[in-house]
Amino acid sequence: MSVALPTPGQTVGPFFRYGVEFDAWNELAPPGRAGAIRVHGVVRDGAGTPVPDALLEIWQADAAGAIPAESGSFHRDGSTFTGWGRTHTTDAGEYEFFTLEPAAPFIAVAVFARGLMDVLHTRLYLPGATDAFLESLTPAERTTLVAERTADGLRLDITLQGDGETVFLAYR
Amino acid sequence: MTELTQATISDEIAQRHADYEARVAAGAQRLHAPFLDFDPYRSSVLRHPTKNPKLVDPETIELESPAFGHRDVADVESDLTAQHSGEPLGERMVVTGRVLDGEGRPVRHQLVELWQANASGRYVHQRDQHPAPLDPNFTGAGRCITDGDGVYRFTTIKPGAYPWKNHVNAWRPAHIHFSLFGNAFTQRLVTQMYFPGDPLFPLDPIYQSIPDRAARDRLVAAYDHDLSIPEWSLGYRWDIVLTGSRSTWFEPEGSEA
Ligand SMILES: [Fe+2]
Repeated sequence: MSVALPTPGQTVGPFFRYGVEFDAWNELAPPGRAGAIRVHGVVRDGAGTPVPDALLEIWQADAAGAIPAESGSFHRDGSTFTGWGRTHTTDAGEYEFFTLEPAAPFIAVAVFARGLMDVLHTRLYLPGATDAFLESLTPAERTTLVAERTADGLRLDITLQGDGETVFLAYR
Repeated sequence: MTELTQATISDEIAQRHADYEARVAAGAQRLHAPFLDFDPYRSSVLRHPTKNPKLVDPETIELESPAFGHRDVADVESDLTAQHSGEPLGERMVVTGRVLDGEGRPVRHQLVELWQANASGRYVHQRDQHPAPLDPNFTGAGRCITDGDGVYRFTTIKPGAYPWKNHVNAWRPAHIHFSLFGNAFTQRLVTQMYFPGDPLFPLDPIYQSIPDRAARDRLVAAYDHDLSIPEWSLGYRWDIVLTGSRSTWFEPEGSEA
């Protein structure tokens, strides 16, 4: 179809933070609010080195399984659940979000970084969740997508390349 | 250690482009995305997946986009020249266009973010060490919400080219970083908009990471004299199409791409 050919992506580059940051960007639910969990992990490159300049976004259903339709992410009011958040990795390659556990099998994750040419899409599955896609993967692939339950929430590391490389998605 | 020269980088780019054209000539589909594995951009070497992405049907949350509205973004945020007490230095410009999906439908009431260097090629970012002046009247970040026709519009200044450390004497063509949300999260896009006729295009491994000439051209805004405002600003038009298709070539597992 020639009416609308896609605009190609380009790397987010090294100097994105001041352009994309906002207050409480990674707090989909305020830490400490009843039901708030911490979703965290480390982003690593093909040498196993933490990636200190990645940008991550999560987008998810709410605690009842509904897809949020409320705006307000940039001016969070502490109670409206918009389902979307963004953060960057620290110098140690760590990211963290505070959110509500969705009543859905997975949270959508988008990964951007300096040195990464285009967005990478993946999914963070809740422990114990299952669906046809997850079933279609090998056990080794599956472990790259299924979060581990921790004392305060969920943990999933993201590996851009090599051993334990995260399963990334291409949408039909 | 030998210095990494532009000639070496340019040779690598030419080789990858020639490989691409040969594959297209042999019947491979054209790509509308950058190569993820594009060594001329040295920072990509350890940061690209080596396995094929898994082809999936988007489901539930992936078929929707987060909602943004005037609760999130004030109208003034689209004017990067009005964020300080004084006027920024540089060539004042308007950049506007439509955000469309792959069927040509407008992406209505969605978020567009941009960030950029100042007229001297310097970012506000603290790690930008390029010895060009900061402009106290320019931060270089803006946002807007598309209207009912998918139209966005920003007032800003034209950014300068800047050096980077990919190789000796590496310079980025002037560009504006854009972040877009579509009608579905699968359409999420971060990209860069360029200016027509930039002599740095052939030298830049980021721009050239897109192997397809026509696809690269789609990142270049058009100067539009009808958008220029007399005695005030120049005008550029740039439409953005979000399909969510990365049109990746699937390589045989275990092969070196
Ligand atoms: Fe840049």
